[in-house]
Amino acid sequence: MKILVTVTEVADADDEFEISGTSIADQYLTYDLNEWDDYAIEEAVQISEEHDDIEVVTITFGAERVEETIRTALAKGADRAIRVWDDSFEGQTVLDPSQKARLLAGVVEEEDPDLVLSGVQSGDVSIGATGVALAEQVGYEWAAVVNQLDLDRDSGNAAIHRELEGGVEELTDVELPAVLTIQTGINEPRYASLRGIRQAQSKPLDVMSPEDIGVELEESAIELTELVEPESESNTELFEGSAEDTAGQLAEFLRERGVGA
Amino acid sequence: MSDVLVVAEHRRGELRDVSYELLTAGRELADSTGGNLHATIISGDVDEYGEDLNREGVDAVHTVDHGEEFNHGVCTQAVEQIANEIDAQYVLAGNTVNGMDFYPAVAERLDMPLVTDAIAFETGDGLSVIRELYSGKTEGTIDVDSETAFVSVRPGEWPAAEGTGDAAVEAFDADIDEEALNTTVNGYEEVGSGDVDISEADVLVSIGRGIEEEDNLPLVHDLADALGATVSASRPIVDNGWLGQERQVGQSGKKVTPDIYIAIGISGAVQHVAGMKGADTIITINNDPSAPIYDIADYGIVGDLFDVVPALTEEFGG
Ligand SMILES: Cc1cc2nc3c(=O)[nH]c(=O)nc-3n(C[C@H](O)[C@H](O)[C@H](O)COP(=O)(O)OP(=O)(O)OC[C@H]3O[C@@H](n4cnc5c(N)ncnc54)[C@H](O)[C@@H]3O)c2cc1C
Repeated sequence: MKILVTVTEVADADDEFEISGTSIADQYLTYDLNEWDDYAIEEAVQISEEHDDIEVVTITFGAERVEETIRTALAKGADRAIRVWDDSFEGQTVLDPSQKARLLAGVVEEEDPDLVLSGVQSGDVSIGATGVALAEQVGYEWAAVVNQLDLDRDSGNAAIHRELEGGVEELTDVELPAVLTIQTGINEPRYASLRGIRQAQSKPLDVMSPEDIGVELEESAIELTELVEPESESNTELFEGSAEDTAGQLAEFLRERGVGA
Repeated sequence: MSDVLVVAEHRRGELRDVSYELLTAGRELADSTGGNLHATIISGDVDEYGEDLNREGVDAVHTVDHGEEFNHGVCTQAVEQIANEIDAQYVLAGNTVNGMDFYPAVAERLDMPLVTDAIAFETGDGLSVIRELYSGKTEGTIDVDSETAFVSVRPGEWPAAEGTGDAAVEAFDADIDEEALNTTVNGYEEVGSGDVDISEADVLVSIGRGIEEEDNLPLVHDLADALGATVSASRPIVDNGWLGQERQVGQSGKKVTPDIYIAIGISGAVQHVAGMKGADTIITINNDPSAPIYDIADYGIVGDLFDVVPALTEEFGG
């Protein structure tokens, strides 16, 4: 059995940043493994530890820089990795979920996994649609926002919980093959061990172009044309001064409101 | 092709608020295209829901009577068929957990570009969608260079449609292929009950990822003790297992309405704010002045929580 995990990097902006064109200037950005994908990797690795003969393959769309993040996923227990990239994407943020899905679909069709785990969303752009779009493109079943997963290999079924709003979960059976988008909190992602990190260096990481996987992207109909730091709607009254000063002012305010009195 | 279709949402016997907000957003787009505004409701007590959706500005309501609760297979097939039947230019749904479970598939089937989590539209020469990017620190304008589009709309951004409309509420005879339904919804479970009820608290001291480590949590408990307050948290704290689920504030946790909500090391993500914006007074301690929490906070301290929180506790003799 094969599980494919989509792994992406997200950009976190510094407290102070500048916008250049339609993105935040690179010097203000720090890149890290997408939080939701960390849980998806852990879920796949746990399944592979509980069952025999499960291969965990990660798939990433991204420039060479992303290999550091991919190695982290390998260090946490994935068996091998695939990175799809073409230099023509340099400097672009792909915001069209259908396009992103198409790039992943090429690999899914080649690898033919039984289960694809992706994150609910990428924490930076928060589109939240790639996994389900991918499922539709490759003709897999799917479920979005999964926070519990029990795999029954014999029946080819995943018994899952979907986390709805307001503390309610939906209990659902999903037939495989399927794409599940994984919610944070489903497990406790491990830290990579030193041994894992060493082993990750020798695990296969294949780089492919869209052509290699038979994908020809049409131009997207979606284009980011402007990016602004919104005018602050903030009416926050700030307490200013040292930590002691500000704490003193806040304490006075709270006492006036009858708190802690 | 100028009509707009809105996919309303219900759960366990009730239309959800976002449905009425979608009608307002849909009307805005229909005014720009000069087309009609259609709404559809799929599964459940569709006759009652259909009447409820007949608000001012709605031209037609299509009901699909198939099963009780949301099933993404049924919803995907029905929305595709209705959109094709009315030749919809724009289709709108809520950016909700169930929305996320069907609209990417429908957009694929209809070959419509998809833009999620809209907070505003610019219409005129075509459609542009405004949405947040980079964790709410920036807003982007996304131009849709296509005649048609599927857009999901953030809950709480458009006012609810009101009044009564003169729409025809009609059953739509969707042709649902049962063979293609490969998920079965077996039921629901309520989670997050415990021995504290944060929704009853008058004062909440709420902690987020800024606390960094579980070992630092006593800082917050000490403050709460000194203030006579209850401790609540943002999601990462609960995901990490540092506090129980009953203390999570937000979209998937509890809605709270205390007199005073003190958000410490919490950025103010939309899913968090959904649970606490009803607090009477919001106070934040966050060292990043660009954090979205400052958009809704009444009072704030731009400072390091590891300095400010102990100082505050000391003020109260803790
Ligand atoms: C479907 C779905 C449902 C969700 N449901 C919920 C929900 O119910 N509740 C919820 O909370 N989230 C929910 N989320 C997650 C949400 O999107 C955010 O990821 C989460 O709220 C972030 O938590 P945070 O603010 O604690 O962390 P972060 O966003 O990481 O913010 C930490 C903040 O702490 C500040 N900080 C750091 N160090 C210090 C310091 N020393 N002193 C002062 N400040 C400091 C930083 O400036 C930052 O603003 C949901 C997400 C999805 C996709």
